[in-house]
Amino acid sequence: MKQLTCDVLVIGSGPAGLAAACEAKQHGAEHVLLLERNDELGGILTQCIHNGFGVREFGDDLTGPEYAYRWIRKAQEAELEILSETMVLSVEPSRRVVASSRAHGLVEIMPRALVLAMGCRERPRGALAIPGSRPAGVYTAGTAQRLVNMEGYMPGRRFVILGSGDIGMIMARRLTLEGAEVAAMLEILPYISGLRRNLVQCIRDFDIPLHLCTTVTDVRGRERVESVVVSGVDERWRPLPGTEREIACDTLLLSVGLIPENELSRMAGVAIDPVTGGPFVDEGLATNVPGIFAAGNVVHVYDLVDDVSENARIAGLSAGRYVAQGAPPQSTAVRLLAGENVRHVVPHMLHPERLEEGAIVLNLRVRQPVEAPVRVQVRLGDEALISRRYRYVRPSEMIALTLPPALAPRLAGAQAVTIEVAS
Amino acid sequence: MVEQREFICVTCPVGCSIDAQVEGQDLVGLRGQACARGEAFVREELTDPRRMLTTTVRVRGGKLPLVPVRSSAPLPQHLLFDVARALRKIELEAPVKEHQVVLKNVLGTQVDIIASRPLRAG
Repeated sequence: MKQLTCDVLVIGSGPAGLAAACEAKQHGAEHVLLLERNDELGGILTQCIHNGFGVREFGDDLTGPEYAYRWIRKAQEAELEILSETMVLSVEPSRRVVASSRAHGLVEIMPRALVLAMGCRERPRGALAIPGSRPAGVYTAGTAQRLVNMEGYMPGRRFVILGSGDIGMIMARRLTLEGAEVAAMLEILPYISGLRRNLVQCIRDFDIPLHLCTTVTDVRGRERVESVVVSGVDERWRPLPGTEREIACDTLLLSVGLIPENELSRMAGVAIDPVTGGPFVDEGLATNVPGIFAAGNVVHVYDLVDDVSENARIAGLSAGRYVAQGAPPQSTAVRLLAGENVRHVVPHMLHPERLEEGAIVLNLRVRQPVEAPVRVQVRLGDEALISRRYRYVRPSEMIALTLPPALAPRLAGAQAVTIEVAS
Repeated sequence: MVEQREFICVTCPVGCSIDAQVEGQDLVGLRGQACARGEAFVREELTDPRRMLTTTVRVRGGKLPLVPVRSSAPLPQHLLFDVARALRKIELEAPVKEHQVVLKNVLGTQVDIIASRPLRAG
């Protein structure tokens, strides 16, 4: 097996990996090696041909490929070592990595620090247990996106889309522009799970019927999808008798959630939060395994790629510092707990002495939408350290709450603070 | 006669819900926008609604059979399908440069269709 060395190893060349690698190079890591299993860089961005990327990061409205190529050029200018067509097969708690590389065959790498940036995957039909036959013509929306945008195939002619996630809405528009018919979009919740702008520019603009509180209860067809049966559901997602109807179609697309891809993380002994599906991380995006950091959608799924780049820089900085200075001596971390109507908070913990050095941004999602003014609070016992007003809160719109350095003395010695929604 | 109309601005990913008072094509009042672009959006929606077009164009001899393209600016909404149809007639020759003009001043709109990425021959 060929042996490779480096200071920082980054797994994945999507927006998170590219930003983390560039930042690590600028902060203490002379030799940064980036591994990408595909033959080109950019991760999922190369198939996201729609615009809306880069508003915060670049002050511009870019398509996915344009955003990717800005970062690819930065990576080239930063003189990172990049190995494409290289798939990581295993990661050990010692940070020993084994990968299969087109250029070098099987390789072993022992980096001084490692950044996990593998992104996320779509929830497939099997995980949803949708009843019915198993004909051809059931795809995740992202698979259809790849087929249409990169391979030049139309996956079908008449579509039903289950789920109102962004990928589903984007594909509803894309397929309609390519001459297909999108018969319906169905969403099991009483509200859409993607961005509101997509409701306008993808669904309403094209008169695509959207049915909330509705799901698919049967897939029919022997060799190819012929129709789906849809049904209204109650608030517990149970089908309501008498609301079933059949919709003729030849393709069912699924846009029902993204799951961080942490197979390698688990192998390395990284502790995974069952709520996010990603590693428990601190303010520097360090995992519980020394020298292993995580960045981007592998930690939790972001709404905007701009936020991925911003957070990935933190991981890259931490990895670079780890190489240059070793593990920092630090206090016991203060736990950041998800309280009333908060689904999860990232980072999961923070070290008050790091907060003294600079503001720390918490990313959180609520469990239930509240379409009225609320306060999001950071509470230490009975006291609200921070209380910020929002006009509304929605699970589909991640909240960024900044903790200022002035808060550090209050947190020193605290075991935990709770982040919650108060009316 | 003044009507109440609700808009969701699509200018940036926030998607502000804007409540507007409208008289025909005139904007009488509005609230809910987080920035000045919200008002510009509603005014345009009332008189000349526009949308960005992003799609793909076929490529001969490239590493991939398609290259993604975008409109250089928002196009009149009612022309989107016509522009898509015009682009179906085009087949580019690899290599393609990022931001290479694929169709200049499409359908007389002053908007160009440009490549969103480079594509090597292969």
